[in-house]
Amino acid sequence: MLSRFGKYILLMIQVIRKPEKGSVYRKQLIMEIQSLGIESLGIVAIISLFMGAVVAIQTSYNIDNPLIPVSTIGFTVRQSVILEFAPTIISLILAGKVGSRIASEIGTMRVTEQIDALEIMGVNPANYLIFPKVTAAMIINPVLIILSMYFGMIGGWLVAVFTDLYTVNDYVYGIRAWFDGYIIFYALIKTVIFAYLITSISGFEGFIVKGGAVEVGAASTRAVVWSSIMIILFNLILTQLLLS
Amino acid sequence: MIKALNISKSFGENKVLKDITVKFEKGKTNLIIGQSGSGKTVLMKCLVGLYEVDEGHIYFDERDFSAMTFKERKKIRQEIGMLFQGGALFDSLNVEENIKFPLTMFTNQSLEEKIERVNFCLKWVNLENANKLYPAELSGGMTKRVAIARAISLNPEYLFCDEPNSGLDPHTSGVIDDLISKLTEEFQITTIVNTHDMNSVIKIGDTISFIYEGQLWWEGDKTQILDTDNKELNEFVFDTELTKRLKKSKIY
Ligand SMILES: Nc1ncnc2c1ncn2[C@@H]1O[C@H](COP(=O)(O)OP(=O)(O)O)[C@@H](O)[C@H]1O
Ligand SMILES: [Mg+2]
Repeated sequence: MLSRFGKYILLMIQVIRKPEKGSVYRKQLIMEIQSLGIESLGIVAIISLFMGAVVAIQTSYNIDNPLIPVSTIGFTVRQSVILEFAPTIISLILAGKVGSRIASEIGTMRVTEQIDALEIMGVNPANYLIFPKVTAAMIINPVLIILSMYFGMIGGWLVAVFTDLYTVNDYVYGIRAWFDGYIIFYALIKTVIFAYLITSISGFEGFIVKGGAVEVGAASTRAVVWSSIMIILFNLILTQLLLS
Repeated sequence: MIKALNISKSFGENKVLKDITVKFEKGKTNLIIGQSGSGKTVLMKCLVGLYEVDEGHIYFDERDFSAMTFKERKKIRQEIGMLFQGGALFDSLNVEENIKFPLTMFTNQSLEEKIERVNFCLKWVNLENANKLYPAELSGGMTKRVAIARAISLNPEYLFCDEPNSGLDPHTSGVIDDLISKLTEEFQITTIVNTHDMNSVIKIGDTISFIYEGQLWWEGDKTQILDTDNKELNEFVFDTELTKRLKKSKIY
């Protein structure tokens, strides 16, 4: 495992370099932003909507003490969505969606000698293939996470509209109460680091594949497992660092 | 001209290449032959630097490739074209974009110039009008031809072909062989071809190096190979039923 980590670091040294040709890189970046970002919009919106709704309903069932104001519901939804659900849960979902795609795409290129072909031409394949994906995710994931926060809070609002658990007024009051902008900053820092972890780990797993279709499949699973573990681990570390 | 001096390469305990010294000439189709698993691909990948040799030196026209830094190698890499066993076309790009790729990465040509060069290369491999097809839509023979077109797009000094006719029918194999040897002569390329196909050997083998158990076992050309009394080479050459019968009746 230690040697894997060493290999990962060595690969990252190859990845994080100035691209061969700026114009080619910009084109790749736009394409990756499209395929990593736009294609994940739907799933992010749906999951966030339901997440927000569920947090709202559960909070409302759990506060039967009349001393706790009903606006606590909105407050709880906002805090949990911004602090954890949007950055962490959505990043975990993206690790599954994006990570497996990156690992199998690059792994297939490895076993069909496309990576060798790049190297023979004098292109640095690690930089050419992985760098645009890493940077694209670091740019577009924060956008997705902000949307996720928004949809999460809409979820709670819809519960107010369609049930009589609490009123829209109470909910909106709670959403607005005691707001500290720092938590958004905290969430976005986490998101950017998670984006880097997902894309670099998956790129690495694909890049070092040896063999054929079976190994590509295994690499794609490993990519998802390791990015998820690293997200959880770094979530703990970052929470300690940024919120204490 | 490419020279390998005393190169050796092992993977763990497996000594794949043992002290090989061999020379490949300019303007000629130089063949490396041997059974599957004899180390042809490893030798070729050592020559182009995809594998590092454990010992020995590799020279590209007097330039010591094995002693070069990554940056110095990059320059030579742009003089190398390589045809991989499976074609190794980029499957997210169409035929035209595949051939254009090295031009985009390493030249400052305008789009028109690049397209002109792409069409020139496609014409050479008899695939005019295949520009917009994707690799998944190509037959085996077409894939190889597009790969050749991509390999020659930067006008290489050196051309490496790993089993260019594996998986092709005899007729298509012949077409690919002709193409490689015509290109080699026309543009005075130093061409190295890995093969175990005896048809290609006796057709295009200007020089032939026979690899056996990781060693350079025999050297010669297409006229000498049929008359050799080297036992292992004979077994390799006259391995199929057809060639055995021809040898018996002294027809070859
Ligand atoms: N990357 C590698 N790692 C370990 N062993 C390898 C590697 N590449 C090739 N080999 C071994 O080297 C030997 C020669 O393989 P190869 O050069 O592919 O043969 P061929 O002559 O058919 O092209 C085989 O025994 C193979 O197992
Ligand atoms: Mg081979």
